[in-house]
Amino acid sequence: METLEKKSVAEDPILEEAFMTRLLNGEKIEPKEWMPENYRKQLTRMMSQHAHSEVIGMQPEANWITRAPSLLRKVILLAKIQDEGGHGLYLYGSTETLGTDRSELIEQLHEGKAKYSSVFNYPTLNWADIGAIGWLVDGAAIVNQTMLAKTSYGPYSRAMLRICKEEGFHNRQGYDLMIAMMRGTKEQQEMAQDAMNRWWWPALMMFGPHDKNSSNTIELMKYRIKLESNDDLRQQFIDRTIPQAEIIGLTIPDPNLKFNKETGHYETSDINWDEFFNVIRGKGPCNKQRMHNHIQAHEEGKWVREAAEAYASKHKQL
Amino acid sequence: MDKNQHALFNYCLRLGDNSLILGQRITEWCSHAPILEEDIALANLALDLIGQAREFLTYAGEIEKKGRAEDDLAFLRDANEFRNALLVEQPNGDFAHTIVRQYLFSVFNYHLLTELGKGKDSTLAAIAVKSLKECTYHVRHSGEWILRMGDGTEESKRRLFNAFEDLWMYTAELFDTDESDDLLVKKGIAVDMKTIHPLWLETIKAHLDKISFPLPSNHYLVQGIKKGKHSEHLGHILAEMQFLPRAYPGTKW
Ligand SMILES: [Fe+2]
Ligand SMILES: [Fe+2]
Repeated sequence: METLEKKSVAEDPILEEAFMTRLLNGEKIEPKEWMPENYRKQLTRMMSQHAHSEVIGMQPEANWITRAPSLLRKVILLAKIQDEGGHGLYLYGSTETLGTDRSELIEQLHEGKAKYSSVFNYPTLNWADIGAIGWLVDGAAIVNQTMLAKTSYGPYSRAMLRICKEEGFHNRQGYDLMIAMMRGTKEQQEMAQDAMNRWWWPALMMFGPHDKNSSNTIELMKYRIKLESNDDLRQQFIDRTIPQAEIIGLTIPDPNLKFNKETGHYETSDINWDEFFNVIRGKGPCNKQRMHNHIQAHEEGKWVREAAEAYASKHKQL
Repeated sequence: MDKNQHALFNYCLRLGDNSLILGQRITEWCSHAPILEEDIALANLALDLIGQAREFLTYAGEIEKKGRAEDDLAFLRDANEFRNALLVEQPNGDFAHTIVRQYLFSVFNYHLLTELGKGKDSTLAAIAVKSLKECTYHVRHSGEWILRMGDGTEESKRRLFNAFEDLWMYTAELFDTDESDDLLVKKGIAVDMKTIHPLWLETIKAHLDKISFPLPSNHYLVQGIKKGKHSEHLGHILAEMQFLPRAYPGTKW
């Protein structure tokens, strides 16, 4: 009902102008307030994609939870995966404030209408991958989320502030794991470098296509949902991560990498965009597996959710 | 180790191994739970249990005085040296099996830790007091699911019933004791299983009574295989869990 009502006034140019003025003044938009339908749509798309990413991202890490090589590492990894689940839950809640409920968002994911970060379509093949994910993937997420903490939509901004703190822990713990591997045996160093070789490029791809090829970026920036461009964010990540890799003896898998003294920035080869768009279109190494797992768990859990609902409604009547 | 230390060492292993193996089993659910909230809750249970295991195993290593730390005991013992109960190594099965296994064990552990917290070994008592808080939550969480499933849909009732039927046979073994336990009970260190067995049964009965759910009526109860004998499952759990430290001996992670 509420969404219908909102829709009927969504295309009002006067309201839209007032809305844009509020954005320019740096005001936060709150759930019950008027917003253009396109703003709502873009936010729902982006926030649900973010929520799905947190949840699907649990899978590649869960792949090593039963094989963590020490009890302390097992506990750290488990707590991290649990945090990511919490982020997903929190973000689903924030997305619901825009009028789409979680079950519908999950349906969209299962139907392939909603996406998640394609970085999670790569496999975790050795223990160092757990370090690489924490350090590189969470590291890239932090750059993105620090920007999103200033986003124009109040609930999203608050979610990011809260989540960013935990991502900081994950990032440090991942780097700590990599340090331990690089200080270890030759085999451990090889595992760490192998993980670096496989996760570096997918991590850079997390920021999305070049600005000139990103149709969403323009609109997202107009609405101040995003405040910085894909390429700028990617550069920040590159500049902060390369020295961290070098200091522990990891090689960046990029023969053209160089530091430009004049700009103060690192320059890298271009991303393999064919691979990027392939993985987005479902042709990555683990797309099928990740979706299959999620759908299967959801279907196998159906009777449990139904039992909980039946019990709750029985005991409400009493 | 003299006789007393040996008994205490084994006792700590049993406490630690129960928590470790059950915790390891629960982590298999990670990213597969019926609902996101439950994925988070199960991770919580596993975190508590593995945390408890670390404390019990660390203490076991201190008693043994051979320089074995928690990870040596967790990753470098073979199945016949593990002291956990059969119940905790049973496969996850469906969600009903996981919850029933959790509930049966958590109620047992609740009464055990309550008594152990009053025991004469101050280290064990301190770990028990701390763990009891977590265990109380485990009883509540799994107990709530028992009610929901037992008074939910026809399917959930059937699944819950099957889970109780399948797992009940492993419950008597939780309370098994041997001479070395008797020694520790006399010294006021270990918990007398004869006193907590009826408490365990009463708690479960009273809980199931709330929804008029029947206790398993059967049957054959597995007994007396505590001394290092296990089901076929444990070897596989360990093969997976211990893979890295076994494949790369002496490596620090
Ligand atoms: Fe996260
Ligand atoms: Fe994270």
